[in-house]
Amino acid sequence: MVASRENNNSPGRIPALGLRFLGLVFISILLMYLDNRDDHLDTVRRNIGATVYPVRIIVDAPIRLWIWLGESVTSRNDLEQELAQFRAERLITHGRLQKLNALEAENARLRAMLDARSKVRDRTRVAEIMSVDANPYNHSLVINVGTQDGIFDGQALVGADGVIGQVIKAGLMTSLAMLISDTDHALPVEVNRNGLRTIVVGTGTIDSLELPFVVNNADIHIGDLLVTSGFGGAFPAGYPVAVVDSVTRIPQEPYAKVTAMPAASLGQVREVLLVFSSTNKDEEATEDE
Amino acid sequence: MNRDRTSRRLPVFMSFVVGLILTIMPLPEAIEAFRPNWLAILVIFWAMQLPHTWSVGTAWIVGIILDVSQGTLLGQHALALCCVAFIIVRFHLLMRVFPIPQLTAAVFPILAIYQFLLFWINGVAGVDTPLIVYWGPIISSTALWPVVIILLSNLRYGKRSG
Repeated sequence: MVASRENNNSPGRIPALGLRFLGLVFISILLMYLDNRDDHLDTVRRNIGATVYPVRIIVDAPIRLWIWLGESVTSRNDLEQELAQFRAERLITHGRLQKLNALEAENARLRAMLDARSKVRDRTRVAEIMSVDANPYNHSLVINVGTQDGIFDGQALVGADGVIGQVIKAGLMTSLAMLISDTDHALPVEVNRNGLRTIVVGTGTIDSLELPFVVNNADIHIGDLLVTSGFGGAFPAGYPVAVVDSVTRIPQEPYAKVTAMPAASLGQVREVLLVFSSTNKDEEATEDE
Repeated sequence: MNRDRTSRRLPVFMSFVVGLILTIMPLPEAIEAFRPNWLAILVIFWAMQLPHTWSVGTAWIVGIILDVSQGTLLGQHALALCCVAFIIVRFHLLMRVFPIPQLTAAVFPILAIYQFLLFWINGVAGVDTPLIVYWGPIISSTALWPVVIILLSNLRYGKRSG
């Protein structure tokens, strides 16, 4: 009935199809040009993004339910074991923290003497990774906080073991973040042992990073810890990034072939910390914590 | 009339929502590269069946939503889906009489054009992408096409006779 009614009026002829098509193609190209050039379209993107939010919630719900079910039916025995483990961990971390407090105070004193700004603790916010796949062309993930939580483009994402990535598109309620393993991602780091500065670049593989600009005679070994150097401004200094896992020196090449393994397990994280580094606009907030 | 229109549009709308869910649903790393272009399949189907109601305009809006949800260049998927819809609407009378195997063979190059446009725009914008991400979705989408078309035809014509 429906189809026949549609077919009755001039079959095959769609009015002004070519015109509409050309118009839309023109608008698309204009949009892409504007989007690629600068950030004028960020608010548009955010507003349309809010309409996709329910779909993300729907996709995320079954997985969340599964995790919740798993947690609800865990046996008492398992829970007790876990609790004992957490207690032990807490004791250890508390012990370390006591030392840290003293060190922080000492650091502040020394920095005061040197007339440098004290910057030890950063304000952070916990975010959950939504079980939503973002762009298939790069390594990215979606987190459940957005501009209404104070998230901004370029903010650093840190996991329990190390740096994970940075926010590339902050939406209203969800944001898109790029992993450090993305081929487009480069991160200024230094070797923790001797302060050698270099850059870590993603390879497109989730468990491997490369250091393309290490000169052949540089002092770098397998097992060296790389930490953020704080240069470039996006990442606060001193967070672990990766551990060097291979160094190949080719005599005739200017640079050595160095690869490193991310400190955080990028494929398995569920919760991340968003760091408001004190060089950013949240300066006052850092002070009162 | 009005109710007739809503009841007719609802299945299409729902299919696009389901398509979007399938598009952003997490998949294991191994088969991630073979995720079908669900929304492209849906645009092809609906543009072929109901070209007066669902053509380039719908495809463009779906594409913009896809761009936003995937964080790609705003207009990238919109342009690609729009082109797909245009080709289909131009040839919808021809394609409607194709038997399913022949139709599947015709859908393959259209999906290839869709992927090519996405990749071409990526290339112009300077996004580097591996080759498997290009061919994977085309292969899986074409393989799934007969299943999807049978399901959707049942959804549509089943409603009509019932």
